[in-house]
Amino acid sequence: MPQTARAIGRDSAPNTAGGVLFRAKGIGVQRSGDWLIKGVDLTINPGEIVTLIGPNGSGKTTTAKVVLGLLQPDAGQIERAPGLRVGYVPQRLSIDDTLPFTVKRLMTMTGPADDDAISRALTRAGVGHLADAAVQRLSGGEFQRALMARAILRRPDLLVLDEPVQGVDFAGEVALYELIRNIRDELGCGILLVSHDLHFVMAETDRVLCLNHHVCCAGTPQSVAADPEYRRLFGPRAVEALALYQHHHDHAHGPDGEVIPLESRDPAAHSHGDGAVCRLDHAHEHDHGHYGRSHNPDDIDPIDPAGATDGQ
Amino acid sequence: MVSEFILRAALAGIGVALVAAPLGCFVVWRRMAYFGDTMAHSALLVAAAAIAFDIDATLGVFVVSVLVALALLALERRGGLATDTLLGLLSHSALAVGLVVMGFMTGLRLDLFGYLFGDILAVGTNDLILIWGGGAMILAVLLWIWRPLLVATVAPDVAAAEGMNPARQRLIFMLLLAGVIAIAMKIVGILLITALLIIPAAAARRLSRTPEMMAVMAAGIGALAVAGGLGAAVAADTPAGPTIVVAALVLFLIGLIPWHGKAAEHG
Repeated sequence: MPQTARAIGRDSAPNTAGGVLFRAKGIGVQRSGDWLIKGVDLTINPGEIVTLIGPNGSGKTTTAKVVLGLLQPDAGQIERAPGLRVGYVPQRLSIDDTLPFTVKRLMTMTGPADDDAISRALTRAGVGHLADAAVQRLSGGEFQRALMARAILRRPDLLVLDEPVQGVDFAGEVALYELIRNIRDELGCGILLVSHDLHFVMAETDRVLCLNHHVCCAGTPQSVAADPEYRRLFGPRAVEALALYQHHHDHAHGPDGEVIPLESRDPAAHSHGDGAVCRLDHAHEHDHGHYGRSHNPDDIDPIDPAGATDGQ
Repeated sequence: MVSEFILRAALAGIGVALVAAPLGCFVVWRRMAYFGDTMAHSALLVAAAAIAFDIDATLGVFVVSVLVALALLALERRGGLATDTLLGLLSHSALAVGLVVMGFMTGLRLDLFGYLFGDILAVGTNDLILIWGGGAMILAVLLWIWRPLLVATVAPDVAAAEGMNPARQRLIFMLLLAGVIAIAMKIVGILLITALLIIPAAAARRLSRTPEMMAVMAAGIGALAVAGGLGAAVAADTPAGPTIVVAALVLFLIGLIPWHGKAAEHG
């Protein structure tokens, strides 16, 4: 299934078809004597979603910053496609309340765009009604959508998303991942997703890189989940979550394995499918409460007896 | 029957306000009010030297402000102390050292007062040329870097990731700020420069829907404060620099009054 998605992505990629967008070999970043990351290999192809997972402080953000060019690695080589157009969706911007800044203004932050294109991008991301809202008043999910609209407008070759679902409620999380997938399908861009969230990211992702200062394991979601290193790092519960996830994946892609865009799907089937997954996963959320927090196995404890019962 | 020196003072003050207020918007947006204070306070050291050697302090103030800004950036990057601690340390040390050095020079108390609180009524034709010439240059550069500086303010990481250079914008901004401090020192004095930067910007906030509108409104409010403050100072025989700042404060307070239309609009 990921292969199908990639093929579609490549067909619609305008500039970078076939070429590697970004390649890192054995990169390391050192800070006051300690290696934040070491020996990390990472390749991002057009139309591919690569997800970085790992515990807090495992070097996910450091790796993303190297990809973005915000940090120069102290070891290893990086290679960037010439003329690579990067889009960056940070977790949050700290915009002072004294700055009158609307969502529409956010769209033209790094370059001009015409009003039509702006409103189309905003509508596409589901925040068309917020064009004139002050960015400081947006919720976490609305803000992420606004930033993704900006990314759509820029038509990047490589889009880097830093924990895009942090602080977003569960329904919003489902919808945001749907949007990310659609952006990939439409723009054919490569996507690097930094995530602390195992269950959802893995569904749409082509490759997972599990970091803990070094690459513990990497590969398709299935192969990573089967990896003993992954089980050691995240515990057996994470593998359970993955199983739920693949279920969701099948539904989202249709019974014959084709990638079916969200709009063309039967609305009833869509809402039913997502609703079912929501319920299952929601219970799972409550059952060990690491949503939005860490994936340290020690943290996975039942916090809500009722939720835990539902989840089992 | 406006006398010539008052006309010169008004022209000088308005010239400074028109430059200081838009730049002050960025000071407010970037939360750098204290940073501006620190740069300004360091100017007193230069003022002491200028009085001692009877030279014009403007260029020296500009250079020292830039050096202080660079030192702050370097110290900040090194870490160890929180930025506000660092700023308080530098700001007050600079002020204290300047005052101590000036204390060694007898018979300069009046000059000292002028540097601390400004001496707008003593503005000469050369000062006017400096203010309007330098001010026009600062505004031109600000206009030129407006969009990238705004991005560097709002989202420096995004700017850098998407191929812009926020560090350079910040450096240029520091230079502009140092320039404003150098030309504003004579008007409102070292202690009150920050007021001329941030009060008009703060007053303009509620009246503005875009960053550009806020900068223009702030410039207008600043100019109004200078005109009003100067008039009040002449009428009531109060020190001009502080009176201008009080006038700016009054305009800010007027802006806080929620008049009907605005309240309804905001729901």
